[in-house]
Amino acid sequence: MDILRFITAGSVDDGKSTLIGRLLYDTKQIFADQLEAIESSGRVNEDGQVDLSLLTDGLKAEREQGITIDVAYKYFSTEKRKFIIADAPGHIQYTRNMVTGASNSNLSIILVDARKGVQEQTRRHSIISSLLGIPHLVICINKMDLVGYDEQVYNQIVEDYKQFATKLNAKDVTFIPVSALKGDNIVEGSLLTMPWYSGPSLLEHLEQVPVSQDFNLDDARFPVQYVIRPLTAEHHDYRGYAGKVISGTYKAGDQVTVQPSGQTTTIKSVELGGKVLEEAFAPMSVVLQLQDEVDISRGDVIVKAADGLEVAQEFEAEVCWMHNKALKPGAKLLLRHNSTETRCVVRSIDYKIDINTLDHLEDVDQIQLNDICRVQIKTAAPLLLDKYADNRSNGGFILMDETSFATVGAGMVAEIEF
Amino acid sequence: MTKRYLDYLDQLEAEAIHIMREVAGQFEKPALLFSGGKDSITLVRLAEKAFRPGKFPFPLVHIDTGHNFPEAIRYRDELAERLGEKLIVRHVEDTIKRKNLSEPKGRYASRNALQTHTLLETIEEFGFDACIGGARRDEEKARAKERIFSVRDEFGQWDPKRQRPELWNIYNGRITKGENVRAFPISNWTELDVWNYIKREEIALPNIYYTHERECLVRDGKLMAWSDFIYQEPDDEVVTKQVRFRTVGDMTCTAAVESIAFDIDGVIAEILESKISERGATRIDDKLSETAMEDRKKGGYF
Repeated sequence: MDILRFITAGSVDDGKSTLIGRLLYDTKQIFADQLEAIESSGRVNEDGQVDLSLLTDGLKAEREQGITIDVAYKYFSTEKRKFIIADAPGHIQYTRNMVTGASNSNLSIILVDARKGVQEQTRRHSIISSLLGIPHLVICINKMDLVGYDEQVYNQIVEDYKQFATKLNAKDVTFIPVSALKGDNIVEGSLLTMPWYSGPSLLEHLEQVPVSQDFNLDDARFPVQYVIRPLTAEHHDYRGYAGKVISGTYKAGDQVTVQPSGQTTTIKSVELGGKVLEEAFAPMSVVLQLQDEVDISRGDVIVKAADGLEVAQEFEAEVCWMHNKALKPGAKLLLRHNSTETRCVVRSIDYKIDINTLDHLEDVDQIQLNDICRVQIKTAAPLLLDKYADNRSNGGFILMDETSFATVGAGMVAEIEF
Repeated sequence: MTKRYLDYLDQLEAEAIHIMREVAGQFEKPALLFSGGKDSITLVRLAEKAFRPGKFPFPLVHIDTGHNFPEAIRYRDELAERLGEKLIVRHVEDTIKRKNLSEPKGRYASRNALQTHTLLETIEEFGFDACIGGARRDEEKARAKERIFSVRDEFGQWDPKRQRPELWNIYNGRITKGENVRAFPISNWTELDVWNYIKREEIALPNIYYTHERECLVRDGKLMAWSDFIYQEPDDEVVTKQVRFRTVGDMTCTAAVESIAFDIDGVIAEILESKISERGATRIDDKLSETAMEDRKKGGYF
């Protein structure tokens, strides 16, 4: 059994809450007391059934304002997989929430209303999923019951979407005709209503989609989080470097380089909880012991010597701005990349990305809340970076305000200048 | 190793260890809040995996309401002793006396809310800048929106509108003076994940997690352990039942469930069969209003 993390983006109008409610309900993840709470609220749909969208109901603060403020995480599992849903509101002003939810997801469910076809919101959600490097997209063409389960309607939407999707670098796109309200192709199939569709139901697809290869096992990156020094009689000279293999693999005997210092040594052992392991691979959290005594502290990265990697202080990145106060060129910020923190300056803004079309808008003098822009950044300390497109786990960073320390932006490395 | 594949429990474990080490790396004075319940017992095992052969970079801190199950207290002391780790205990009783607080009275009396006072006092006393807790997002809808690093103001308050976006595996623990962080390494675990992990790791639990005979008070259809602390009305029915506890908190607000599960496989089988959610089955404190948890979190609770 493994884990699939996916994001659903959209508004109540798309039937997103109904779809999640249906997934949870039909996989029997809803407990009687939770159902009772919904029934007692008195909201039922036109068929007299419980309104499944209420299963994803939010906070009092949200209900009072009639909006969704934030990403909510939901969980369910089948015999094949554990699923983690990042449920993000879909309106344009919530781009930051969708970016947040997408950053940790391997799959994105995009809902299309069969009556309306591919809309601006469909394109926006697809583009954000693509920018955040989500490898698997599932386009659920919903409300098929309201178009008489018409195959022609479905085929037309699939054609329209495919035409648009040529500009995305989506590796894996799947189309499924569904009715979240009636339960067609969510957990069960749709033999009676859509005999023309022979593919899997949404749940079957979520259970099958291969995710183990989404972990990058080629580029070895080990950011040191913490140094273990017991200083006891038994472990007098013990120095263990605690961290997470964010990509690649490590085993005893590997020649490694510590960045940014560039010192080279050999791995003595790979351990977890004091026990020796044969090998560590992404996304394991382990401890590395090294052959030679080298000066290593939190923020350093242990990489393979043979890869000949270099650190950099200047790079280009796509930045999603998450704060009310706009970002202007010349702004100084704190940047956190894995376990490294450094000051940085945003030297220039190259262009803004129209998240509905992917077009580049030039002559931009500031980045507003929910904008995604290409910028030039220079850092005070050298960083061991990858392009986000090559290595998702080592190409992302956050920007923080220097005085309030609020998280104000999320960035993805696009080009590195050595 | 030919196939590089991590089971879901290994993935959850790796994530939790990473979070704990971020706490250790980013904060000057962290603490691990330990209640004697299964979730915090799981946190202790994860801390062993994260920091052995070294010592924990934080003490275990228990806010004792004085109404805890004696079995849980005994377990707590034995565990700290066996691990050789520092245990700090602070008592709600002392806060009540010192601050002259009024003890809740009546049918739903519980020191649960007063616990927040003692927690905030303890944070101040030791200058803790981060507290690791065992809350999970599957427990409750307010917790479903909680961050893994949750920044609280000096009153411990959670403001859902001011939460920091949390991206990738990057946790922003930078705070200004007076603020502190609650960190939740097992946010992404469900009740069943915790039980499956306890089984895999062969972790011994306080025996009240397994079936035993107990005198219980029937209240609102729930079985409350009979004790000196519990408020009793003349017509309250006291029955003797075979029960276990699905969560272990304060005796005054934690209900038992009828059970025949004498081992962990039995417990897991019963949870799979259960039709009531964990907090719904066992917590009186959440039932008082629809937004009870959201309100308590805003007031500084976990």
